Amino acid sequence: MSAAEQIETNTTGWWLIFISWLVAMLSTLGSLFFSEVMGLIPCELCWYQRIFMFPLAIILLLGLHPLDSRVTRYALPIAAIGLLFTLYHSLLFYGLIPENLQPCRQGISCADDGMVLFDILPIPLLSLAAFIAIIILLLKAHRLLNRNNHQTRNTII
Amino acid sequence: MKQSHFTLIALFLLVLAFIVAALFHDAGEKQAQEKRAADNSSALIKDYSVKAGNPSAKVTIVEFLDPACETCARFHPFVKQLMQQYSGKVNLVVRYLPLHQGSDQMVAMLEGARKQNKFWEVLELMFETQSQWTINHVAQPDIFWSFIDRAGVDTARIQQDMDGSAIMNIIQQDLADGKLLGTDKTPTFFVNGKPLPSFGFEQLQTLVESEVSAHYK
Repeated sequence: MSAAEQIETNTTGWWLIFISWLVAMLSTLGSLFFSEVMGLIPCELCWYQRIFMFPLAIILLLGLHPLDSRVTRYALPIAAIGLLFTLYHSLLFYGLIPENLQPCRQGISCADDGMVLFDILPIPLLSLAAFIAIIILLLKAHRLLNRNNHQTRNTII
Repeated sequence: MKQSHFTLIALFLLVLAFIVAALFHDAGEKQAQEKRAADNSSALIKDYSVKAGNPSAKVTIVEFLDPACETCARFHPFVKQLMQQYSGKVNLVVRYLPLHQGSDQMVAMLEGARKQNKFWEVLELMFETQSQWTINHVAQPDIFWSFIDRAGVDTARIQQDMDGSAIMNIIQQDLADGKLLGTDKTPTFFVNGKPLPSFGFEQLQTLVESEVSAHYK
């Protein structure tokens, strides 16, 4: 790969990570807006998704400046675990899997109607879309940047 | 444009959007809350509610409280102090919002004590000993039973009185009125029907002061 090609690959990779960082930032600030400004109480599954979304907003930013191609290696597993939680949550929300009968207690149900914004946007679906977008973008970036890496590594050896 | 500029601009815009949206939301929420309180003014005070202070005072504080709520316990001395400071000009109405599990039993105990004119003694004892009878935010009335003697009440009579359906009706009505007024946290205060602009002791003090100076010139 020529030097010019490599610069181009790096630029494309950078933008892919940049956009996935934007998605992570939007999701982070959005979920903080729901809980801290609108006063919605995050249900248990929401908390797990937040646990795997918030660090992405930080790790991806650090991977952008300077561009660190290995950031995909660290961010992808986090996003993948987040995706599992959000998949489970979406299935639960749409009643495709039943919520175990539990005695009522303080806190809110993860299949609650209160999770729909402006009557049309269910929060679990927003979360699902965000994790899928981040994973697709990072996988693309990973392929681009790591193909690059293998070649440089091979030439060094 | 350098890539780092993109990141800085994006970061700035995102944070700015968050702050602006939060300010908009708060302003709208404040208006909605004021409107709810004005539209449902009849839900603020009930004849059966516990009252303190001069009945003909021109400033009335309505407090929605939960005996098991920590912030209510910490606010109580301030409210008492306000009542003393504006003695004769301000009175207090207590409404129940037992949001903690087991807290309705504590409210029933209070209503039982009220029949012996010991409401305030028992409420203060509950607040003082709260950390001992609330475990993980769940009220444990059984534990409080071992303290209630200190308030000088007839415990056998309280036990008898607190089972009545009248007390449960009071709690249900208070919860329903709280819902009408958009009250979902404790303590929530209304001064002459006006909600606090934001939560805090200073905000309560300022609102009481302005109402007192408006009605007593």
